[in-house]
This record gives sequence, C-alpha cells and structure tokens, in this order.
Amino acid sequence: MTDIITDAEEAGFASDLTQSNTFGESVRAYISRVRGGDMGALPSIAGLVVLFIVFNFANDRFLSNLNLANLITQAGSIIILAMALVPVLLLGEIDLSAGVAGGTSACVMGVLLVKHDQPWYIAVLAAVAVGAAIGLAIGLLVAKLGIPSFVVTLAFFLGLQGIPLWLIGEGGSVRVNDSVISGIANNNLSVLWGWICAIAITALFAAFKLLAHRRKVAAKLQHQPLAVVVTQILTLGAVLLAVTYILNENRSVNPSFPIKGIPYVLPLVVVLLAMWTFLLTRTTWGRHVYAVGGNAEAARRAGINVARIRVAVFMACSSMAAISGIVVASYGGKVSTSSGGGNTLLYAVGAAVIGGTSLFGGRGKARDAVIGGLVIATIANGLGLLAQASYINFLVTGGVLLLAASVDAISRRRRSATGLG
Amino acid sequence: MSEKSPILNLRGINKSFGVVHVLHDVDLAIYPGEVTALVGDNGAGKSTLVKAIAGIYPADSGEYLFEGQPQHVTSPKDAAALGIEVVYQDLALCENLDIVENMFLGREMKSGVVMDETTMESKAREVLASLSVRTVKSVRQSVASLSGGQRQTVAIAKSALWNSKVVLLDEPTAALGVAQTRQVLDLVRRLADQGVGVMLISHNLTDVFEVADRITALYLGRVAADVRTKDVTSTQVVELITTGQSAGIPGPATKAASTS
Repeated sequence: MTDIITDAEEAGFASDLTQSNTFGESVRAYISRVRGGDMGALPSIAGLVVLFIVFNFANDRFLSNLNLANLITQAGSIIILAMALVPVLLLGEIDLSAGVAGGTSACVMGVLLVKHDQPWYIAVLAAVAVGAAIGLAIGLLVAKLGIPSFVVTLAFFLGLQGIPLWLIGEGGSVRVNDSVISGIANNNLSVLWGWICAIAITALFAAFKLLAHRRKVAAKLQHQPLAVVVTQILTLGAVLLAVTYILNENRSVNPSFPIKGIPYVLPLVVVLLAMWTFLLTRTTWGRHVYAVGGNAEAARRAGINVARIRVAVFMACSSMAAISGIVVASYGGKVSTSSGGGNTLLYAVGAAVIGGTSLFGGRGKARDAVIGGLVIATIANGLGLLAQASYINFLVTGGVLLLAASVDAISRRRRSATGLG
Repeated sequence: MSEKSPILNLRGINKSFGVVHVLHDVDLAIYPGEVTALVGDNGAGKSTLVKAIAGIYPADSGEYLFEGQPQHVTSPKDAAALGIEVVYQDLALCENLDIVENMFLGREMKSGVVMDETTMESKAREVLASLSVRTVKSVRQSVASLSGGQRQTVAIAKSALWNSKVVLLDEPTAALGVAQTRQVLDLVRRLADQGVGVMLISHNLTDVFEVADRITALYLGRVAADVRTKDVTSTQVVELITTGQSAGIPGPATKAASTS
C-alpha cells in the first residue's frame, strides 16, 4: 500500500502514460501476473498441450490428419454449447436446461425438415426461435419472479425432455438428410477457400490489433509494446495457418476418395467466437453483463436494467444451444428423443470452467469455451483411440474438471493475496 | 444567510413511512463551492433525507428548489438529470471491472455501436488528475485490487465525472484508516473547490470540522441547527446531535418561528 502511494506520488499517471515498456519487461510483467494468480487461459492451454503430447505417445494415430479433423468436428458442438453458457455463467447464474433446449430445438428442426418438407433455412430459423422462446421463459422466471436459475432451469431440464418424446414418439428418431444441415459437420470448405479464410482472418485480426494500438499511442493511453502486439498476431496467424495446412491435406485412408479441406464446423465456431467476443468486450450490453455478474446492486444503481440484461442473456444462451443442437444433429445425421440429454450440458459447463470462466460470475471470456471444449473433446477422442472402456473416459473427464476447478480456486486465492483481483 | 444563493434548497420537507413521521418540516440548503455536513444520531433521518434528495423516497410534502427553480424529483433519474450524484456508503462498484469501466458504468460513451474506450480512458484520467488523485497506479487496474480509500476515491471521482452540481457523500470515511481518510477528505475539499455543492453525511466530527463549511444537525427528524462550522465548537455539535439544542445556537423553536 505505502509503496504504491510513493511510486504514484513520484510518477502520477506517468507510470502508464509513457508506458515505454520493452518487450522483455512486458514478458516479465506477464510472468509476475501469472505467479500472482492472474493466469487467464494459460492453465487450459498448457493442459491441452499436455494432453496432445500424452495421446501422441500413447497412439500414433492421434496426431494423424484424419483424427485431428474428427477432433475438431467432435469439439464443435461442445464448444458452441459452452459458448452459450459463458454469458449465463458471467451473470453468476446457471442454465441446466441448455442441453435439452438444444435437443428440443433440433427436434423441431428435424420434424419441420422431414415431416413438413420445409427448406433448411426455415427449419433452422424455427429451431433458433424455439431456443429463444425457451430462454425468454427462463429469463422472465429468473429475473421477474426471482426464482433461482438453478431451480428454473432444473425444471426446464426435466420438462423439456418431454417435448422430443411428444414430437417424434417414444424411442424414435428422425433422420436428417438435408444436404445443408448434414454438411455442417460432414462437408469441408474447398482448399482454396480454406486458405482465403485463414489469411483473411489473420489479416483482419492484425488490422484490428494494430489500429487499436495506434489509437492508444496517439491518445497517450496505456498500451502494450508493439512487439507484444506483433507476437500476438504472429501466434494467431501461425496457429490458423498450421490448422488450415493440416486440414487441407488429404486425410482419407482410401486413396481413391481424397478428403481435404476445413470442416464447416470450424468456420461456424470462429464466426460465433468473433461475434461473442465482440458483444462481450466492445458493446455496452457486454459491459453490463459483466457489471451485473460482478455486482448487481451497483449495476442497478448505475441505471442498468438488470432484469432486461438477465432475460437477454438467457435468450441468447438458449438460442446458441439451438445452434449447438443443430450441429449435433448434423454430426449424428438424426435427431432422437434423447437429443441433448445425458452429459451434454455437464460437458459444456465443464468446458467453460476448464477454459477459465468462473462459476461465481463476472469473470470469463468467449474464448474459454473454445479452449475448454477442445480439452473435453480431446480427452474423449484420445481415450477412444486407445480403446479404453468408457468408464475411464468419465473418470478422466471428471478428474480434469476437478483439476481445472482447483487451479481456479488456487489462483483466486493468490489473486486476493496479491490484491490483483 | 449567505452571500451566495443555495444551489439546492429544500423547504418544509415532510416524510412518513406509514404512521412513522420521519422528517418534520426539514429545511436544508447546499451552496456551490461549500461542504455542508449533515450530522445526527442514528435514526435522526439523515438517510431518509438523502433518499428524498436522490429521488429514491420522494418527500410527502415540501418544496424542492434546484438553482432556485421548483423541481419534482420522484426517481433517481430525475435527480441525476439535475446534476445530483450520490456516493453511497457501500460504494456500489463492480470489483471485476477496472476504474474506467466503473466510472462510466451505465453511461458508456459510444462511437457507433462500439464503446469508445479511448475517449473514456482519457476523460477518466483527466478527472482523476483534476482532483489530484495520484494514488492509483493505472486507470486500467481492476477495482478489486484497490484499497478501501482508493475505492472511495474512485466512487467520488465517478460523481465528479458528470459535471455534477451537487454531490451527496454518505459516510465516505466510515471504514477507512487514518491515511486513507486524509486522502478522501482532501478529495472532498477539492471537489467543493471546483464549485460543486457537496453534502457530507458523517458521524465523525473530526472529519466534519476539518472539511465542512457549514453544519446541519438533525435531531429526531427535525433540523436542530444550521450553522457555519467556524461559529460552533465540537461540544456544541455533540449537544445538538444528542439533545437537539445547545446554548448559544438558535434551536429548532426559533428556527420554526422564523420560517413560519
């Protein structure tokens, strides 16, 4: 406390005005932040790398192009559902019904496609609308009536499982043959488009980052050194181009039927990630979501309509869950009475938490869903390749989730000890 | 009473909650550039008066004059529109947001659909600098990492950000240590020196005598006295708070006689 004052006494705001940090200083500052408990995505990325190394040694097919493409498709629906849950978790709430809301929405889509011969876009719109309606109901019950979200969504989790049964009959399933819908998980971008997308995204990211950096320098505000910004851009570019390169290679085991290109799921996840990152970090709505999650009373006194934020977040969550349900239907080629049930939701919550989103509200990012979803999918995929009994899969996934929660708890304690918040 | 005319003037304010008559014909004046201390024992009606000014519990009867014009303030939004800001005891800051984000919470500046972070950060820095706030390292620090005094500083600076004309501070030093109290009181003084009408609600008479220009004492929902700080002693103020009268100070009876 005292040294902060004396520091500031001498420097005023100069400490962050000039910000003539060198690259080395920034790296050291980052390391001290991590040691102080502000770890961000670091533990989950480290965990992902460890999993990749372990599975690569355990089975040489794990890092094959075919398996990596599979991994991405498998992770897609978990990532999207986890991304749906991030804003709800940011509020400090929970939506236990997101999985079955996705399943119900997908069933509506399947029934419209198959039994009513509707075009795919009508069916998809209807599914998302069903999701939004479910979210609206949950949001109103939570925000206006004041029932805890745990109870409301538990009731919806139980109740919504009846809708698919009612729509498609006991134990039945509906095959989804529509070429567009099944293409989401089963078709690929052409090689050329894959490269164009990867390069365009890298260029856009670089342009945003550099423009923001220049604006801050011009306004003499706190900013990262240029070297750090460039490193971020180069890292993202390298990852994107490497993934594109791997997926654009032929991964078919049968030489006469080459399979290459980025599965459509990946650009879908990238678009949703960009959308949610934009909403949560650049718009007032996103800022208010964090504020309500951090201190609802302070948000109310600041003139924020807390109830409206809550309702909007639950609507967004269930709508995103519908998209996740559609991806699942695309991957499995069918919707069934058990769509979205079982562990679907718990895996998604686990993914968000592993990625670094706090269950206590106010802390988390859209990208947490991507990293956490990849971790969960990697465990399932890797253990599947090792032909382990399925009980091992459950045990390992549970263990990893506990590990992530412990890392979160320990880092939170360190944060409060070092006063980093 | 003073050479200046009050920026906020309440006359004959009454407020009841059911059968409980909390405020009786309360008169209150807040002058620009001055710190008015509102003192009184627990239950004297200080909080109710603040809430009446802030529009949270509008008064049942009485005049509400702002810059000499009668106003109907029935919601916090009305008060904010007039330029009245309240800094509550429990601060109402979001710990997970940084200083800039907290200062602009609910009133973010935008360019198009996105928030204009650059302008917000510059303005926050300007305000903090104009109030000579130097104890925060960076305006992008999260509030969770700040000490109690620094948080109070941010909350007060937030109210100064909006060119507010009247700032009500509810027990700003209640939970602070000696050095932090010092910082906050300096800040209160500087805020008044910028021409803001400041009302300081406090139990701590040392603080009151240090920064306040005027003291309004409430006793059981009535104004016991409205005096200039330099005309009274700490003992007299204690008497006003505990018994509602003090030798040599015009009490509620004479006050009531003069207004009616």
